[in-house]
Amino acid sequence: MLHVSNLSVARGGMTLLSGVDFALNAGQILVLRGANGLGKTSLLRCIAGLQNPVEGQITAPETVAYSGHADGLKGQMTVLENLAFWSSIYHGPSAEVALDAYDLHALADRPAANLSAGQKRRLGLARMQVSGCALWVMDEPTVSLDADNVALFRAALDRHVQSGGAAVITSHIDLAIASARLLDLTRFKARGLMGSTAFEEALE
Amino acid sequence: MIHLFLRDVGLSVRSGGGFGLALIFFLIVVTLIPFALGPDQSALAVVAPGVLWLGALLACLLSLDRIFGLDFEDGTLDLLATSPLPQEAVYIAKAAAHWLTTGLPLALAAPVLGVLLNLDFEIGKILGLSLLLGTPALSLIGAFGASLTLGVKRGGLLLSLLVLPLYVPSLIFGAQAVRLAGQGLAYDGALVLLSAISLGAAAILPFASGAALRINLR
Repeated sequence: MLHVSNLSVARGGMTLLSGVDFALNAGQILVLRGANGLGKTSLLRCIAGLQNPVEGQITAPETVAYSGHADGLKGQMTVLENLAFWSSIYHGPSAEVALDAYDLHALADRPAANLSAGQKRRLGLARMQVSGCALWVMDEPTVSLDADNVALFRAALDRHVQSGGAAVITSHIDLAIASARLLDLTRFKARGLMGSTAFEEALE
Repeated sequence: MIHLFLRDVGLSVRSGGGFGLALIFFLIVVTLIPFALGPDQSALAVVAPGVLWLGALLACLLSLDRIFGLDFEDGTLDLLATSPLPQEAVYIAKAAAHWLTTGLPLALAAPVLGVLLNLDFEIGKILGLSLLLGTPALSLIGAFGASLTLGVKRGGLLLSLLVLPLYVPSLIFGAQAVRLAGQGLAYDGALVLLSAISLGAAAILPFASGAALRINLR
């Protein structure tokens, strides 16, 4: 489903990762690991088509469901309206499916502006359900989620891959997904890249 | 695309959406002009077409940075870029929503507000018609400018500098049509040119703006 070969990723004119190679089939989950500033987000943005790679090839489905640091919610719209909007943009499953998956029924008529950070994130994740896309590209999906909601996310992810989907995820916490493959991006760190601050550079 | 259009119209009508801002600004300009120019009614009628068009143009300018700015800040534009919707469609939906909530109310209010500047109501209707034909260009060009200045912090100044020169032809032909109508001369030529600017903008700018969006989201 997703094939990445010899990929170089840059941000702000500086190459962060090079020679990245991996493949992902339907039914698989890949968790990307690596330190802050290594280039995880830039790699995901390349896969989602938001950014061009410096070199290398990405073979991915034409549309992927992307979830970044921002949830793209409209505060004046209710939870249900937010989901219904994205469902109609993707021509995906109805918003009800997503409300079920993340236990959002009680919040359905609340304006998104009144949600807590964790609830907003749940709504952002619920958006992936209504996209109907086979490949989910998720950047730190569990930020501000409590343990119960991480479990909801894990269950939703399980159902997604059981039904033939796939997911690429970056995460700093251990998601405890047995079937997930781990890929540490540190070994793809671009050569010649110095420490991220002048202080670290001086130390080297 | 229609869903994005409806969402944008809905958002601007709801609280904090900025609907009515342009209209109120227009009202303020038009009510203050007679105080500034003095009570000479014939002088007012002479400047009325130009002042009304200028007021509408500046009112349009007020809400331009909101067209893409809010969606850029909360990440919606990134998500729209990864959705099946092409960037050109995003632009068209947003420019159309801006026109419906800004240009159309201005065109409808202008004949009534023209009376405040001693503009005959019959001529006021021509003014409304010229705004109806001309404001689509203002929204289209403005949304294009907004897509170019996306991501520039406090880009409002840059946006105004980019967009104002492109507004000049619409302003000239729009005010000209109303002035000709006031003198009892044929004004349809100016209206045709005004419509041509709107149609030309609608034909070309979606592609330019789509490209600008793609570059700026990187």
